[in-house]
Amino acid sequence: MNDVKYLIGNENITVSPLPTFSEEVCNFLNDLSKAILQSPAGRLYPDLSALAFWSRKGNIQKIKEIYNQQEIRLGRGLCFHIAPSNIPINFAFSYLFSLLAGNANIVRLPSKDFPQVNELVSIMKSVFENYSEIEKRTAFVKYGRNNEITQSFSQKADARMIWGGDNTIATVRQMSTKPRCVDIAFADRYSVCIIDANKILEADEKTMQRLGENFYNDTYLMDQNACSSPQLIYWLNDNDQAREKFWNIVLKTAQQKYDLQDAICVDKYTKLCEDAIDNTEFIKRTTNTGNLLYRSELKKLSAYVENLRGKGGYFYEYSLSDIEEFLKIVNEKYQTVTYFGIDAKKLADILLVHNIAGIDRIVPIGKAMDIDIIWDGHDLVRELSRVISYS
Amino acid sequence: MFNYQDILNTEPFSLSQKDKNELLCSCLKELTEFHYKNCESYKKILDILNIDFEDLTAVEKIPFIPVRLFKEYELSSIKKDDIFKTMTSSGTSGQAVSKIFLDKETAANQQKTLVKIVSSFTGAARMPMLIIDSPSVIKNRLMFSARGAGILGFSIFGADRTYALDDNMNIDISAIEAFLERHKGQKILLFGFTFMIWQYFYKELKKLNHKIDLSNGILIHGGGWKKLVNEAVSKEDFKKSLNEVCGLKSVHDYYGMVEQTGCVYMECEHGHLHASVFSDVITRRTKDFSLCEKGEKGIIQVVSLLPKSYPGHSLLTEDEGIILGEDDCPCGRKGKYFEIKGRIKNAEIRGCSDTYERR
Repeated sequence: MNDVKYLIGNENITVSPLPTFSEEVCNFLNDLSKAILQSPAGRLYPDLSALAFWSRKGNIQKIKEIYNQQEIRLGRGLCFHIAPSNIPINFAFSYLFSLLAGNANIVRLPSKDFPQVNELVSIMKSVFENYSEIEKRTAFVKYGRNNEITQSFSQKADARMIWGGDNTIATVRQMSTKPRCVDIAFADRYSVCIIDANKILEADEKTMQRLGENFYNDTYLMDQNACSSPQLIYWLNDNDQAREKFWNIVLKTAQQKYDLQDAICVDKYTKLCEDAIDNTEFIKRTTNTGNLLYRSELKKLSAYVENLRGKGGYFYEYSLSDIEEFLKIVNEKYQTVTYFGIDAKKLADILLVHNIAGIDRIVPIGKAMDIDIIWDGHDLVRELSRVISYS
Repeated sequence: MFNYQDILNTEPFSLSQKDKNELLCSCLKELTEFHYKNCESYKKILDILNIDFEDLTAVEKIPFIPVRLFKEYELSSIKKDDIFKTMTSSGTSGQAVSKIFLDKETAANQQKTLVKIVSSFTGAARMPMLIIDSPSVIKNRLMFSARGAGILGFSIFGADRTYALDDNMNIDISAIEAFLERHKGQKILLFGFTFMIWQYFYKELKKLNHKIDLSNGILIHGGGWKKLVNEAVSKEDFKKSLNEVCGLKSVHDYYGMVEQTGCVYMECEHGHLHASVFSDVITRRTKDFSLCEKGEKGIIQVVSLLPKSYPGHSLLTEDEGIILGEDDCPCGRKGKYFEIKGRIKNAEIRGCSDTYERR
């Protein structure tokens, strides 16, 4: 265990659980929020400022109120987090969700070095000066690939948050844990976007501009590689003019903001050629405008289409006759539906009526990456805490 | 279809870029049509790219496919029975390797083309040849690795072929000295892979502090600089260091790949890589694959008149380079000359997968 580097805390972590939404934790989140916003790093890194925005007092208070305050809840004990290696600040959300639930936490940080992670760690250290009870329940660790270390942390855990996809989950699940340990595993998922073409035609220039930026944030910002980034764009009330209007603004935004790396450019072109060889059964035609934006039009729909995955600005599109046509192919792999111009509540109701196995989130375009205590179909604060029943 | 034998009679560096472009364009167009008819996967790609054959009026308009496809698919334009040999790239274990299918005609043309290009640097006479590698590399002839193929390919230029390393990659001083004794006063050809030469030949000679005299030698080496860049060894360091331990004065790097074997790009006395009349390099911009200006770094596309048994006549590589000029290298060779800048940088992929590296 000498290979473990403790950025915060040490081996002697205090495990005794705190009440869910304890006052101390809520205050800590608010102070953390303020400290981030006051630091230069908070202005420099959008993911840090998103974290600060989420943990501000008003938001946490709102979340707290939604939870049933009649229930008596405590943390489960010790939660071990395995954060994704490529999304810098995800570990912090995972940690704060579990802290709100009332747990002590060991968090494995991304092995890669990200400047905003280092900034956040030093900000947290300064906030901890007023929160010793939370500090002694916290350990941030870094270590290279080492199953023994992961095993030994798993052995102590009452809950595990396993990010990083199917392979990670398979490896970590093999490790023995306490009999009552609760695992929340974030598997590889698939996401799509639904757009009502009529609403695009109606949209004014300002709306379109915002829509372009929002779509960019859902996709290009993460090279289209996040589970919640849409791969396939479904058009309702399809219309060529609307498509052109939409893709023009997406392309314009990408031209202004996206740094297309050589390797991604070659990957993308290779993917297009692979699709030509493997998937002509599905692909009707391909449109590319330079290398920033590739679009492949599908000629038919089947469960197979979830295997069509673009990267760095390669989208598939399909003209939908009605929502039911899409629902027929949805399975448990589907995570997020981002939308423009449709009624989210109506769609959620339809999922219910049709007994659909997939789709955990229906959010407007632009919100694909917004992580919250309800994520991937899990109510994280509830699942990471235990309820005491009495009568 | 054009007759490659006629083209082979052209001196490798005799055509101006303008004349060369005319030749390349018409032949590459024929190759494109040939592979379109004979390779199902290639046809599918051109169909999705919406290629109009009427529009292939310049070399740079010839469609290109990513070189990586040869690792993922078996791309061939000949019948199975006509496969004469299958070449593979030298991937380390676990990595996918390219598979290139050759019929007798293409294999023979590769060899002849290599002879034409290399002998224009070394002269037509065969020289005693010292191979800076281990004989074990070519012992398994069932599968041709790029290293083995390179050695065999270049072996036709040499007589009394002698290996400078033993089966365990240790330097074989006595074999080298006996070889030099036999050929005292003669011009000597040396061949090897850049990293192997550095690691197992230069470093060992330096460590042993053993002087050998290769001042009559001409070294041809290839395989890339990736590993030497990691050790911070530049082209100049490489030449200077070799000169120090064995007096070598004539050192020629070459650029080439298993997917276009035969069409090597040789480094001239002025340190420039040259494209022969049989092939060419084009540099392209990332944002839209438009052509780079002279002096501008871009992704390298290679075109070659050789690949007939497989659709590899126009490939997008994963290397970066710079076109330095056309027709005006001080060495006198016509056509383009260029510089390789190495592999394109591995992308920092963002996203949420791949957290916990498995052992």
